[in-house]
Amino acid sequence: MSTIFERTDGLTDKQFHYCPGCTHGVIHRLVGEVLVELGVLGKAVGVAPVGCSVLAYDYFNCDMHEAAHGRAPAVATGIKRVLPDNVVFTYQGDGDLASIGTAEIIHAAHRGEKFTTIFVNNAIYGMTGGQMAPTTLIGQKATTAPYGRDAATTGMPLRMSEMLATIDGAVFVERVTVHNVAGIRKAKKAIKKAFEVQIAGLGFGIVEILSTCPTNWGITPVESLKWLEENMLPYYPLGNFRTPEEGK
Amino acid sequence: MAKRRGRVIFQEDRCKGCELCTTVCPVDIVKMNKSKINVKGYHPATVDEMEKCIACANCATICPDVVIKIETIEE
Ligand SMILES: Cc1ncc(C[n+]2csc(CCOP(=O)(O)OP(=O)(O)O)c2C)c(N)n1
Ligand code: SF4
Ligand code: SF4
Ligand code: SF4
Repeated sequence: MSTIFERTDGLTDKQFHYCPGCTHGVIHRLVGEVLVELGVLGKAVGVAPVGCSVLAYDYFNCDMHEAAHGRAPAVATGIKRVLPDNVVFTYQGDGDLASIGTAEIIHAAHRGEKFTTIFVNNAIYGMTGGQMAPTTLIGQKATTAPYGRDAATTGMPLRMSEMLATIDGAVFVERVTVHNVAGIRKAKKAIKKAFEVQIAGLGFGIVEILSTCPTNWGITPVESLKWLEENMLPYYPLGNFRTPEEGK
Repeated sequence: MAKRRGRVIFQEDRCKGCELCTTVCPVDIVKMNKSKINVKGYHPATVDEMEKCIACANCATICPDVVIKIETIEE
């Protein structure tokens, strides 16, 4: 008998507060597993956002810091510059990263700060009750877009990975999904690569992870996986946008 | 050749009844236990026909609450 799957040491034993079926939990586990597999858990420092994952500091089994809304990249910049030998990451939602913190992420990437960003795109503001995010899809209902998002008044959904990939300092940019088992396995590989890029000192890396919010999408967890596949994948294509030459 | 079989262990009181694990099992043995309510107030996921498990770990991979542990049994 041998154990082929069990809770990673990269997570504390605390139970997640996330809603049933919310894939924030899957993403937490992948990050924890990668930190352990790379042997860097002991020198990892994470920066938690504002959003549903505001309590992420309770879940990752490493040093953690909390940042004001959207400012995780600025906090991570400070930590990494003072502690260059530590492995630093931010964990941010799409409201946090693509709305209030847009300037922070762009300039951290532009400066080529050597940390890793885990960007959870669930196309909505989860924590505050389902307001429209810059990433909300056209026609998708939100409390601040009760008839569905309208491009004429709110523009098209923002594709952060494509945008960040135009910045020289952003050396690793990949979009992945956790709506099915194959996607989850690929997502883990991308997270691992992004951390390897940091460990090799090559520059800024980000993994955008398409994720569900059953509660604010107003559908079941199982329906949410399908909704992501049918609605988010066509607009947010999966794939690698940038990999450093050394890492190929 | 020995066939790989698995044993799936649920930390039932951590289960939130989301049903994601029931959608990914290739031999369709992960079910919600409708005759039980856990400490959180949900019907927890369970496996009755454990002998059919092929230890693919799909159920544990998609579980957002890290409820599932998987062991292999060699026979
Ligand atoms: C300065 C500031 N402005 C606004 C808020 C309110 N607020 C809290 S969380 C949030 C949105 C979070 O959405 P997202 O980053 O997508 O994360 P999710 O909850 O979906 O995981 C907002 C607007 C705040 N806490 N601080
Ligand atoms: S509100 Fe949405 S993002 Fe937040 S925990 Fe619930 S399902 Fe997850
Ligand atoms: S390990 Fe695979 S075969 Fe066994 S119960 Fe889970 S999904 Fe089904
Ligand atoms: S995926 Fe996890 S939390 Fe959801 S029903 Fe299955 S065991 Fe329970």
